Amino acid sequence: MTTWKEEKQHLAGADLVMIRGGTGKPLLVLHDELGYTGWMSWNEALAKGRELIIPLQPGFGKSPRQDWMWRHRDLANYYLNVIREMGLEKPDVLAFSAGAYTAAEMAAANPELLGSIILVGPMGIKPDEGEIYDIFACTINTCLRQSVFNKEAKEYGEIYGGEMSAEQFELFEDARAESARIGWEPYMFNPSLPELLRSARNAKLPTLLIRGSEDAVVPQDCIRKYHDALPQADIVTIKGTGHRPEIEDSAEFVAAVKHFLA
Amino acid sequence: MQIAHFTERPVRYIAEEPVLENRAFFGVSNKFVDREKSAHDYNFYLDEACYCEEVGFDAVALNEHHGNPFCSGSVVNIEAAILARITSKAKIVIIGNMLPGVKHPLRVAEELATIDTISRGRLVAGWVRGAGSEQFFNNANPAYNREMFNEAHQFILDCWTKDGPWRYEGKHFHYRHVNPWVRPYQEMPQQWIPGVLSPETVMWCAEKQYPYLGLGTALGPTCDLWDMYADKSAELGYQAGPENFGYLLPVFCADTDEKAQEIGKGFIFGGGQNAFSRPEHTLPPGYNSKGAIRMLAQQPGGSWLGVSKAKMMASQDDSWDASAYDGLRAKLIAGYEKVQDNMQIVVGSPETCAKKIKDILGVIRPGVFTCFAIQGPVSDADRLRSVELLGKEVLPEIRRFADEKGLLGPFDRKPGSVKLAPGTKRAPVVDREALASLGLA
Repeated sequence: MTTWKEEKQHLAGADLVMIRGGTGKPLLVLHDELGYTGWMSWNEALAKGRELIIPLQPGFGKSPRQDWMWRHRDLANYYLNVIREMGLEKPDVLAFSAGAYTAAEMAAANPELLGSIILVGPMGIKPDEGEIYDIFACTINTCLRQSVFNKEAKEYGEIYGGEMSAEQFELFEDARAESARIGWEPYMFNPSLPELLRSARNAKLPTLLIRGSEDAVVPQDCIRKYHDALPQADIVTIKGTGHRPEIEDSAEFVAAVKHFLA
Repeated sequence: MQIAHFTERPVRYIAEEPVLENRAFFGVSNKFVDREKSAHDYNFYLDEACYCEEVGFDAVALNEHHGNPFCSGSVVNIEAAILARITSKAKIVIIGNMLPGVKHPLRVAEELATIDTISRGRLVAGWVRGAGSEQFFNNANPAYNREMFNEAHQFILDCWTKDGPWRYEGKHFHYRHVNPWVRPYQEMPQQWIPGVLSPETVMWCAEKQYPYLGLGTALGPTCDLWDMYADKSAELGYQAGPENFGYLLPVFCADTDEKAQEIGKGFIFGGGQNAFSRPEHTLPPGYNSKGAIRMLAQQPGGSWLGVSKAKMMASQDDSWDASAYDGLRAKLIAGYEKVQDNMQIVVGSPETCAKKIKDILGVIRPGVFTCFAIQGPVSDADRLRSVELLGKEVLPEIRRFADEKGLLGPFDRKPGSVKLAPGTKRAPVVDREALASLGLA
């Protein structure tokens, strides 16, 4: 079992709590709009040969909220400064859902600073067909159920099964509040992002787009639009999974990521 | 005391089933709108307000909600502007303008100043953050709700008091040329703030010396909030009194108790106030303070604004037999009796209403009392009869009681005008012995 630790550093003008585990070339992991779910089997698998650096997004309970951050673009530029101040050399970025939206903004702002991006069920671009599911207009449980197709997945039960503690409830509400603060309008997309990604396209930033075949949060058309903006991207569809392929079919997910990063 | 009549202007022609199926009023499809019946209702409610003035109410109060048939008023300033012209004496109390949802405080400043000018100084402005569901309807970011409320409020006061033109560059609002050529007729309209037990709002009112209006809140917690307000006032150097407090109570009056009890069930039509919106719409992300969320998280079995952690955790696909109307209605009827026992709804003959209202006023001692009119599909005649009985038989008795008890309203004594020297113990603002004698302590 890999040893991971939680640490706090003052970076880019703010305290930032991070989870770090594994050894090797850094892999920056950006969690989704509901927050860090804990060290799961996919973390364990990827930590064999990589150092996972998982910042806990400012405002999500542990890292303090930064009032100046209004948009995912602001958060993205903050993370780019974190990379600079940590001295990370072209880290690869693995990012989920709204975290993938942030990663795409990072790629648009400064592709040369990154090694590659892996966007899993990425929000951030408005689909022409379908809508990004409104996670704010439902209860937490409804949102969680919407996010998985394979509800029998072992780790889904481990994370979200059973009675929720007061602390977990508060963390979810913190996450939802901060996600709303920076993503309420336009709802989880930046209309300029497809054009802004021209920089990452010109830089030929290696990109992998992953989506669960049954994803009920981010429509297939988001992947198409990302691919239009970043034609160099590889696309992997993980069958029989929803918006959380990393826990619904960890083996397939890890294989796809490892293959891309190899 | 100032006595007001308030109505949500309910959509009276809608059947109950779509509301029950939806589990709430917010979100019921507008496919049920009937143009003719709607036109009748909008006109009737304006006429009803005129009748309130005629029978002796000091004020007519109105509000707005969006996207539901619980309240047909969606643009409160339009209705208030009409009342400014067709009434002549009554204060026009807006409870309130939903500042974060409107998103255009300069426009609000102009609209309210217009109402005050046309009515020659009868406007009482009220401000609200807007119910949770309003944030969805108006696409107002709930995480910025209180920030936008505070900024818009201060901006409007500046619009009313600063000579223009001036430029404003705030956090949420930006205006490069502020110079509204309508200003309130009054030097400064009074501002009454309605609320449902948010401590942050109570403290804000105490700081601003604004009367706080409890919206039908249970008497015990209402006393607690009144005390919180008064403690803060004492800290700030003034003695809070009845002029700082208002109370809104659902009241329906008919010629007999039996008739009132039957028609009064309109208050629980579709589930009543507790069915205003589903939990996921009641508390959108970031809408409540961290403290309020912590309180909710740590009281899993409790209920707060009709919402518990358990309800917040429920899934929309949990079992719900929407066709079991009889069972649902039986539950609602049980609730109807309970809220009457708790004195959160008063229904009865003039004698019954007067006695219960006096009992309530004796506990919380407000200077503003507002009768919240019947909801549901109640006829024009029954609504007007309630107004008539209240105005001619109940109100005089309440006024006598208020005079005896010294319940001065904010138009009788300026809120914040009774100074308190540092270190002086403040006087009580509620009567907890009276609360205990009602069995509600």
